[in-house]
Amino acid sequence: MFRKWFGKKENLEEPQPPAQGDEPLSTKASPKAAEGPQGPEAQAMEAPDSEEPKKARWSLFGRALEKTRKGLKSLFTFRRTLDEAFVEEIEAELFGADFGPETVRALLDGPNGIRQAWKDKTITEAEEVREFLKRNLKAMLTRREVKLAQAATPPTVILVAGVNGTGKTTSIAKLARRLRDDGKSVVLAAADTFRAAAVEQLTIWSQRLGVDIVTGKPQADPASVAYQGAETALATGVDYLIVDTAGRLHTQVNLMRELRKIRDVLSKKIPGSPHECLLVLDATTGQNALNQAKLFQAEVELSGIILAKLDGTAKGGIVVAINNQLDIPVKMIGVGEKLEDMEPFDVDKFVDAVFE
Amino acid sequence: MFEAITRRFTDIIGNITRKKITEGNIKETLREIRVALLEADVAFEVIKDFLAKVEAEALGDRVLKGVNPGQQFISVVYEEMAKLMGPVDTSLHYAQQGPTVILMAGLQGSGKTTTCGKLALLLKTEQKRRPLLVAADVQRPAAVEQLKKLGEQIGVPVFSESGVKPPQICLHSLDFAKRQGCDTVILDSAGRLHIDEAMMAEVKEVAALTTPQEIFLVCDAMTGQDAVKSAKQFNEQLSLTGVILTKLDGDARGGAALSVKAITGKPIKFVGVGEKLENTLKPFRPDGMAQRILGFGDVLQLVDDARKVVNAEEATQLQEKLLSATFNLNDFLKHISAVKKMGSMKDLLKMVPGLGAHVDDMGVEDKELSQIEAIIQSMTPKERERPEILNTSRRDRIARGAQVARTEVDGLLKQFQMMKKFMDEFSRAGGKGPLGKIKALASAKKQMSDITGMMHKMVEATGPQQQKGTQKGRGGPQQPGNPKTGSASGLSKDEIRKRRKAERQNKKKNRR
Repeated sequence: MFRKWFGKKENLEEPQPPAQGDEPLSTKASPKAAEGPQGPEAQAMEAPDSEEPKKARWSLFGRALEKTRKGLKSLFTFRRTLDEAFVEEIEAELFGADFGPETVRALLDGPNGIRQAWKDKTITEAEEVREFLKRNLKAMLTRREVKLAQAATPPTVILVAGVNGTGKTTSIAKLARRLRDDGKSVVLAAADTFRAAAVEQLTIWSQRLGVDIVTGKPQADPASVAYQGAETALATGVDYLIVDTAGRLHTQVNLMRELRKIRDVLSKKIPGSPHECLLVLDATTGQNALNQAKLFQAEVELSGIILAKLDGTAKGGIVVAINNQLDIPVKMIGVGEKLEDMEPFDVDKFVDAVFE
Repeated sequence: MFEAITRRFTDIIGNITRKKITEGNIKETLREIRVALLEADVAFEVIKDFLAKVEAEALGDRVLKGVNPGQQFISVVYEEMAKLMGPVDTSLHYAQQGPTVILMAGLQGSGKTTTCGKLALLLKTEQKRRPLLVAADVQRPAAVEQLKKLGEQIGVPVFSESGVKPPQICLHSLDFAKRQGCDTVILDSAGRLHIDEAMMAEVKEVAALTTPQEIFLVCDAMTGQDAVKSAKQFNEQLSLTGVILTKLDGDARGGAALSVKAITGKPIKFVGVGEKLENTLKPFRPDGMAQRILGFGDVLQLVDDARKVVNAEEATQLQEKLLSATFNLNDFLKHISAVKKMGSMKDLLKMVPGLGAHVDDMGVEDKELSQIEAIIQSMTPKERERPEILNTSRRDRIARGAQVARTEVDGLLKQFQMMKKFMDEFSRAGGKGPLGKIKALASAKKQMSDITGMMHKMVEATGPQQQKGTQKGRGGPQQPGNPKTGSASGLSKDEIRKRRKAERQNKKKNRR
């Protein structure tokens, strides 16, 4: 049954769990949460991921960025003379990848930009531009620790936030799977009590993963669910607590305060937490992503970004601006709909994948 | 970024209004506009074509020989953009016979399921149709459950089937609709990547089996450059009949609207502006969208919102009061409460043309509103009506009641006076159209250093607004620093008194 869930074609045949999933849902609805710590291990055996052996992670990433690379590569493969038309082509490519005017301007017209280097005769051939851009882009991305933080004493608390539809719940499932595969115990807290069936969605994931989940009543105060999650995590002694939150537009003041409250409740119950406060960004998002990061940062102090949906044609170039201006590193990237389609972000590989 | 773009446009307008347009300096201006459009997420290739058009138009007789070339140039940009995104077409095609089928498609997370709910409700209430929602997303866990819950909320039946592929589910739903007497079937398909061939083939099959009258692409307004790629693919594969732009209640400039329209040529029918299902799916307005992309602020949307929720008579009354000397603290309080209910003050202010770039410099804090409210609520009805009677001891009492310093009360009263004055000037300075308004606003900018003044301007520019719908049940913690002093009923008492007076006078009239 889990097997079916994998592979594109079989995907379509998958019977929809919620259709027959009434009983597990209703039991989950009990506010007392803590579905009982009945062995995540037992179910873990059945879990799907063992099916696909760990591929070279970066091949996935490479695949995600292949299109950009192709686009850029076509500029470099033919012997081109370095002229204004060539620079403008590069500009168009960079814009097309959502790098945004500021980043593109810095890369082209900044003191270390292409045009200056061209003028100074630092670069004279079109072929050199690629290496030059790569170097500059790497320099722009601050080298911060992108490994997920770990609490000195468990549980490590990870709070996940973002605007609507960026892929929070799916990212959480992927994250939980990674942690579980590393031999860590995980409990999820379904603090999205607003969107219809959001709790059910996370519950289904938890069942598939064989990890525990804490849920509250529909429309319950999300902070109370987070609190219960923290309690459960402490009581059961798990390694990780991952808190899912409702999608919220960064401009909605009340909802941002609600998020702040969730954060406060967590840090009160478990001092020093949340150890990670991750913003899930949709890679297709354009320049608005910077606004999102800014306002979420202001409210809950982000520790990193999960860049989701990199498997489409979108490049998520805006993360460069976010990293640059707000110093928030991308920590994980999502490269597909399957549970194993998540990998850690790596600056060098990111840049190399774009330009090679 | 957001401030940057609006500021840029304000600068462009400033620069250009001062000098004549020539072929020489137009390049520079166009380059500026290009960057601004890139910041608004308009696709690179779309900008290129668009600016070529603008340039041709601007260099024509109309602008160069016009009376005010600068303003005319901006209006060329604006008009071209609105034209490109238009014309307004919110019509829906219904089947002559049998149920009408509407297929909703789009990328993951664009808002299809929520939009299905909104559309069903709109069709039910405004078009008197009998919709059926069809849960054809068997991909995302609990997507079916989500649609069922939405259907329950709005009293629309939901069709779902397990163990069957989406094309069959959709096909079966048509029979179900006939049996149930539903005349409009809305198919909620799974989110899919435009490059996922298997999934695109699947949705094509759905379309082939159900021959929808309408196929809508649901597109996130925050989408960046990728919008053209996905829209193009969906259009090629599905022959879209229209686009629905979602999440426009955020602060994204929404350049995707221009991109998608330019690439597909298909009309943008509706925009989604909130998480609630009621009254959050609005007809698309190209002029409003052009203003938003250009940073002029979506005045029309605000005005429309206001018209919908405020009863027209009350609105006119308040507007008249604002422009007359009879505007008092009661009206002010009413207005603040309304503004507060609409959400973030900053956010609202940013929608005001010409103001966008300056909001952050103004130090507007939403909690200030609560304080102002508390202060006014601590006044007696008489004091609210005639602020000039507020002497020292009265002010002291009010300060105690509102738990603020005396100086806060003094400050508020001072601001109130300034606001009245500003209002007068503004009403005299008012120009024609958005550009006239911008000019008037620019000239009044110096006086806008305080919060009340700004609110005022907003009222003037948009008409009085009432709650655009803060989400019920999604409140978040109570606003801090809002001492519950005074009573809300003070206001209504006062109103009752006025009404009684009016009634008495009416009676007198009738007797005669």
